[in-house]
Amino acid sequence: MENDLYGEVLLDHNMHPVHKHALPTATCSHQGINPSCGDDIVLSLEIDGGRIINGSYVGSGCAISQASADIMLELIIGRTVDEALHLKALFTAMIDGSITDSELEELDEAMALQNVSHMPARVKCAMLGWKTLGFLLNEK
Amino acid sequence: MNRPIGGYLNVSGEMKMNERDVRADFPLLERYRELAYLDNAATTQKPQCVLDAVNEYYLGENSNPMRGLYDLSVKATQAYENARESVRDLIGAASCREIIFTRNATESLNLAASCLGRAIVNEGDEILITVSEHHSDLIPWQTAARERGAKLKYLECTAEGEYTVGALKAALSPRTKIFAFAAVSNVFGRANPVAEFAEVCHSNGTIVVCDGAQSVPHMKTDVGALGVDFLAFSGHKMYAPMGIGVLYGREELLEQLPPFLTGGEMIEYVTRDAATFAELPHRFEAGTVNAGGAVGLDAAIKYIRSVGIENIEKRERELTRYAFDRISGIPHVSIIGSPDPDDHHGIITFTVEGVHPHDIAALMDRDNIAVRAGHHCAQPLHQFLGVASTARMSLAFYNTEAEIDRFAESLSGLRRRMGYGE
Repeated sequence: MENDLYGEVLLDHNMHPVHKHALPTATCSHQGINPSCGDDIVLSLEIDGGRIINGSYVGSGCAISQASADIMLELIIGRTVDEALHLKALFTAMIDGSITDSELEELDEAMALQNVSHMPARVKCAMLGWKTLGFLLNEK
Repeated sequence: MNRPIGGYLNVSGEMKMNERDVRADFPLLERYRELAYLDNAATTQKPQCVLDAVNEYYLGENSNPMRGLYDLSVKATQAYENARESVRDLIGAASCREIIFTRNATESLNLAASCLGRAIVNEGDEILITVSEHHSDLIPWQTAARERGAKLKYLECTAEGEYTVGALKAALSPRTKIFAFAAVSNVFGRANPVAEFAEVCHSNGTIVVCDGAQSVPHMKTDVGALGVDFLAFSGHKMYAPMGIGVLYGREELLEQLPPFLTGGEMIEYVTRDAATFAELPHRFEAGTVNAGGAVGLDAAIKYIRSVGIENIEKRERELTRYAFDRISGIPHVSIIGSPDPDDHHGIITFTVEGVHPHDIAALMDRDNIAVRAGHHCAQPLHQFLGVASTARMSLAFYNTEAEIDRFAESLSGLRRRMGYGE
């Protein structure tokens, strides 16, 4: 039952994050906070010529917020800013429950968070990384 | 006129505290038999007699209290004022003029802070609160201090959540106008020595405002014996509906306070340019009141009386001890506050190493166990303790050992389910 959400992919990214570290080469970074639950991350990106060539996050929070940020970075590193914004739109649609099956495929491991769409209280946890990303990219 | 309220009580005079009897009083617990509801410090479930009393008010007495001159309005007014008398009796207040109905403890504390701030706090004065106050007993004082040019000071506790009389004495100054504190902390569950604090404050000329949200539902309360000047509490944490709360204030102090909200039914005489205000307690109850809620609170107080507040306190102590026993042996689990269960009054706030409290609550939800997670409206306390957030289980007398067993079993499995080894 709990594997609906706390599945292998999510637990693995929470326990063994790939992109949780400092990023000295960052060209921009921004702090994202969910004040009511204390999720707190700083997302850093290295953007060169409209492409996200590296990215990382540091911070603390629940498994959903942390794993979601890690999975997001896995997806967007190497992509152009436009592609990353497209993925953000898809992820948002998935959480809203308005995504098609073919679009869902593009989200790859982020599909692990699909069931958050049935858990209103956890939406902001799953969205934290993506919202912070949106802030960084729209600032550019 | 004669509401058969006693007839709703389905608890026998000789209270049987075995789980079947009391749980049958609570329809929601009957409906969700699989649910272990362990979030009673947030709100309690409502017994059938309370639901019936509210229903009966709207079926047979509803009209706008205090306004009409017709029989139905007189009935509504009587029902509302009977509830006030019931509250007065519950907390041992001297007069019904000292009982103000509000929406909840938060509104009560906002009233106290706003009105006391304007009446007695001046530039350079100090307001003292504790670091573990609920935001409802913290932000109103921040606001009052800012508006009056006063200083907001914090009394700090030990790691076990204890506030001592010595520390209080040291924190008071000749300029301390108000000391506001919770009788029982909603995070530690620890009770403060209210009467001693009040005595120390009064000898310093300091007004005592007490947040009773977590104490009034669980222990005998007598404002005279406690010596507090103001006491705030919520109906919904003591088996009454949401939307009805109480502020007790000593009459001679209330008389000196300016109005809080203004409008209908709180006035005596109004001209285009000025108004004189109604007598206590109506001066502080602007607009149409929550008579249905008050009637529900009246029924809840009668229900508590039928069970016996001493029995409730005793049973909750037993359950708290039992929960401590079950939790203590579980690795990686830390209880916030005192190691003595008798300091917890049904509230056990905890952390599990490596598992975020929101994940604790979400996993427990899968096991049909309702616990709270987050900062419990006490962010400065969490900053003080150096933890971002915590999880909290909180008991009412209708909880059972079997529910606590399920909680402990779920708690033991959390780390494994989050991907840790043993």
